[in-house]
Amino acid sequence: MGTLTNEILLQQVTGKFGDKVKLIGEPYGLMTVEADRDQIIDLLTFLKTDAQLQFVFLTDITAIHYPEQENSIGVIYHLHSLVHNVRIRIKVFLPDGDVRIPTATVLWNGANWMERETYDFFGVDFEGHPNLVRILNVDDMTVFPMRKEYPLEDPNRVDKKDFYFGR
Amino acid sequence: MQNFPSLNTNTDTNLQSELSTLNLGPTHPATHGVFQNVLQLDGERIVSGVSTIGYIHRAFEKISEHRPFYQITPLTDRLNYCSAPINNMGWHMTVEKLLNITIPKRVDYMRVIIMELARIADHIICNGVLGVDTGAFTGFLYMMEYREAIYEIYEEVCGSRLTTNVGRLGGFERNFNEIAFAKINKFLADFPKVLKEFESLFNRNRIFIDRTKGVAPVTVEDALSYSWSGPLLRAAGVDYDVRAMNPYSSYEDFDFEVPVGTSGDVYDRFLVRNEEMWQSLRMIQQALDKIQKEDPTIFHADVPEFYLPPKEEVYNNMEALIYHFKIVMGEIPTPVGEVYHSVEGANGELGFYLVNDGGRSPYRLHFRRPSFINYSMYADMSRGMLLSDAIINMSSLNVIAGELDA
Repeated sequence: MGTLTNEILLQQVTGKFGDKVKLIGEPYGLMTVEADRDQIIDLLTFLKTDAQLQFVFLTDITAIHYPEQENSIGVIYHLHSLVHNVRIRIKVFLPDGDVRIPTATVLWNGANWMERETYDFFGVDFEGHPNLVRILNVDDMTVFPMRKEYPLEDPNRVDKKDFYFGR
Repeated sequence: MQNFPSLNTNTDTNLQSELSTLNLGPTHPATHGVFQNVLQLDGERIVSGVSTIGYIHRAFEKISEHRPFYQITPLTDRLNYCSAPINNMGWHMTVEKLLNITIPKRVDYMRVIIMELARIADHIICNGVLGVDTGAFTGFLYMMEYREAIYEIYEEVCGSRLTTNVGRLGGFERNFNEIAFAKINKFLADFPKVLKEFESLFNRNRIFIDRTKGVAPVTVEDALSYSWSGPLLRAAGVDYDVRAMNPYSSYEDFDFEVPVGTSGDVYDRFLVRNEEMWQSLRMIQQALDKIQKEDPTIFHADVPEFYLPPKEEVYNNMEALIYHFKIVMGEIPTPVGEVYHSVEGANGELGFYLVNDGGRSPYRLHFRRPSFINYSMYADMSRGMLLSDAIINMSSLNVIAGELDA
């Protein structure tokens, strides 16, 4: 079994999925690809179960919000092949009004809380998740606070306005 | 979830059995932190449990989007506050990776000393408290004195004890003084005796073995499926240690071993943590030896545009004043990009996913918090377990509320 480089990994992935999985880049040596939500579970399954790749370790699931983009919510997966010590980052961008993506709990039990956290803060609806409820915030919260439109503090507060500090 | 047995207690319809509900937490002396578990109990056996977390959620990821890079360090203190320096330095190294700053070897070795001391402090707490929960208070008190010794080293290096905020982007804010080195050497001389004594109190202690061996065993498959990392994963038998696999801060220069267990039970986790303390002691000694060969005046990288200058320089030196102003006001452009950097925290892989848009604060920062991810198995693995075993299982998971909730 030879060493797995990013080039070989990309060949494997594009050989299987063609142009449905696009290379975004290799920032700081970590290969980043973009997929769409119809492919994501197939892609994750392929990466996890392929005898050569063996991305058995789900490092993290999180999300990011780009309000100016048409597909504004990005769900980001970090996988790690412990055998080859290679990581891959997968991004799936979802349109603002339709933030649905299939759950990865079918592959990793650890995805359960990671997806709940992502739902809690970004409102990503992981379809098929066994218990998609808020995890860190209070249950009766109505917003998804990590989206960019929610300010850090109550915008009506006046005691922190700059003019109090002579600025 | 399919991996754990479920108990069907109502097979005998003649018996009027009834389950009782127990709120374990949010505050309970046995849980060592703010954890709530609503348990369904059949006698003393747990039928099912639901973990509720978030009691000390402080929105660090949101705050981080509004703070310059150097002001995020004190937030990382409050993740795993039992080993704050590892979080601090993990964050520094993440930003340094983004900014392509090369760190001098001496700074790397100084960081290794502080990080390994922090790991020892964290494991002292975890293994000591595991002893307390199994009824052996002596070992905890005996070791606790040496956590104090470590905190005194922190004090000498950075001025604070628990939430250390140690170091700056690019290195340390001040050099280690002679008292610091003397305290580190004294710790290295004294602590091995204590650790040996601690191990002899527990490792072959019949009561301790009865309470821990075979309790909450975890298979490799389950550990990987739940994305476990750190001592817990290694106790299950996977030799994944970030320090060995993706060395940062010159860990590749060090000679150390990665202890692994076989069954993943509470006893194995205890042994793995003890052995890691021995390895940390080895690394600190090696780092002290290596530091001797480096220029003793170097304690930070030469990056004036990111390294906050000392205050006396700011008042007396024009360049320092300019850089101070530019750093504080965030007027130095940073590279646009995204970086994932992880360090071996005391509980596992502590990752920082930083997306930068070139401004003074991150566009998005996500912490991969090992406690959060390790704890997600707790309710599932408690099923079928005795309540008293579930308590020591939680103790040996070493879940730190600050890291759980962020």
